Amino acid sequence: MDFALSKKHILLQELYKKFAAKEVEPIAAEVDETEEFPVETAKKLAKYGMLGIPFSREHGGSGADNLAYAMCVEELSKVCATTGVVVSAHTSLCAAPINENGTPAQKEKYLKKLASGEWIGAFGLTEPGAGTDAAMQQTTAVLDGDNYILNGTKIFITNAGAAHVYIIIAMTDKSKGTRGCSAFIVEKDMPGFSIGKKEKKMGIRGSSTCELIMENCIVPKENLIGKEGQGFKIAMKTLDGGRIGIAAQALGIAQGAIDITVGYVKERKQFGKRISQFQNTQFELADMQTKVDAARLLVYRAAYHKDKGDNYSTHAAMAKLFASEISSDITRRCLQLHGGYGYTREYAIERFMRDAKITEIYEGTSEVQKMVVAASMGVK
Amino acid sequence: MKIIVCIKQVPDTNEVRLNPETGVLIRDGVPSIINPDDLCGIEAALALKDKHGGHVSVVTMGPPQADVALREALAMGCDEAYLVSDRVFGGADTWATSQTLAGAVKTIGFDLIITGRQAIDGDTAQVGPQIAEHLGIPQVTYAEEVNQDADGKALIVRRQYEDRYQMIKIKFPCLVTALSSLNEPRYMSVPGIVSAYDEKEVKILKYDDIKHFVKEKDIGLKGSPTKVKKSFTKTAKALGTLHEVPEDEAVEIIINKLKEQFFL
Repeated sequence: MDFALSKKHILLQELYKKFAAKEVEPIAAEVDETEEFPVETAKKLAKYGMLGIPFSREHGGSGADNLAYAMCVEELSKVCATTGVVVSAHTSLCAAPINENGTPAQKEKYLKKLASGEWIGAFGLTEPGAGTDAAMQQTTAVLDGDNYILNGTKIFITNAGAAHVYIIIAMTDKSKGTRGCSAFIVEKDMPGFSIGKKEKKMGIRGSSTCELIMENCIVPKENLIGKEGQGFKIAMKTLDGGRIGIAAQALGIAQGAIDITVGYVKERKQFGKRISQFQNTQFELADMQTKVDAARLLVYRAAYHKDKGDNYSTHAAMAKLFASEISSDITRRCLQLHGGYGYTREYAIERFMRDAKITEIYEGTSEVQKMVVAASMGVK
Repeated sequence: MKIIVCIKQVPDTNEVRLNPETGVLIRDGVPSIINPDDLCGIEAALALKDKHGGHVSVVTMGPPQADVALREALAMGCDEAYLVSDRVFGGADTWATSQTLAGAVKTIGFDLIITGRQAIDGDTAQVGPQIAEHLGIPQVTYAEEVNQDADGKALIVRRQYEDRYQMIKIKFPCLVTALSSLNEPRYMSVPGIVSAYDEKEVKILKYDDIKHFVKEKDIGLKGSPTKVKKSFTKTAKALGTLHEVPEDEAVEIIINKLKEQFFL
């Protein structure tokens, strides 16, 4: 058993850190304040190969692995959770299902542009009436000659508005329930496709979260991923992979919160002492860092199993469950160590606390992760 | 065009600490980086290649641990990397180092050599110019702008002085030392790092590989004329006197102090 990172991964981490410090951190507060999708950052991420990390070079990717990808999301999220989720949703939810299930033609047409970062990707599963109960899909897809005609509405879609390509889950046969779901590659300019309302969110405010509307949306039949009826399975597998990304995001937010808090407690004086000299501060930070290290082991383990080709769905669920819950808890405790200043927008810690919460909710709530873990234990 | 960039791996700090007993550099716990001026040298070479084509090799002399610095250069886009490493090179001063590097670059072949101006650990700024002298080629130090001449046979270099600059046309083969103001070095890229470890190799040059171009008496400790008498860290002196006064009063205080100490 080897807990050491390879030299390659250490150098990748160095690149991510440098990039995050120079290109992402300086504009993180502004991205949050203006709620604008960081378009320029996305271009830079593309330039350095960070939008296609785990995909082969043949398909426009960087030829690294899922561990390298998780480490990238972690480092970006240490300074800006918005940037972290832009990479995560694009890579795990859009490019990955095409990589894993797409035809050679679909990979040539879509994966190349996604993995090289020329195009941004998104994923549409959630509907107003189908959240955790994803089987209750109302969006339909009907084959009409050479095209499928899609009708329905998707909500809370990460990267919507900024994305060129969407993976859309729709019912091709409602009578079959989850086995009647199919997955499609939909381009933003296909007739009948439009972006609806943009959500105003508590955190990750620069990440664009919108409604997608399909009104007689015409999608060529060659854009069906896999076969009809495989959509639900593809969606669930896609979310397994996505959970590694979100777990890495939660991990990054937590570590970032600790890092800025360590800086703060060494400066701030009360009762004639630096507050880092108080045992409460020391115990709090020691406890938090221990939990973050534990989360990191879970996240890296999940990525490792995915890279090995093992079944990693339980590992990913555990990683996301643990990392997201400690992230919320740690950002709250870090804000407490900041005292009144932490509650003001002068300090970054309040942004971290707002950003952390979503990691317990999207790509499967904590409760869904527990369902996955319990099922793997045979507890039913 | 064949470009060689010579780099050095240095401790990541401007405040190099010395062991007060032995006078030796304390490297423990200090991460190593590519010397900042050398990174600008790499960028300058890659920019020339982007614009005019060519081939960029990166060379360093050092222990096996310097491998990572070369991988970083490969990950930025350099084509080839050479680690000049052999026990017999150990203990070299700048003279022996430049002899060794001159032998290495001659072995590899070049039209242009770029080095950083100086390294943040030694601050001598000697190795680059000495390599050019050993090779008998022209050099321009302190480059703050480098462009290839229209005919492709020379470089146009803007050389920085304290109060002015010179525009110099220099024919290949030649050597240029880069200032950190020359450019903003590019990042590595993810595919660059993958290829640096999975596809490219760091070639090791031992003394045997370069012996046609450098004599054994000129390398390592015995080829080093520099004898270090003593190294020490400067200790802080007593705190000066602080005067919080307006500017004109400050001038008066300083003048009086200088007079008092017979400087004026």
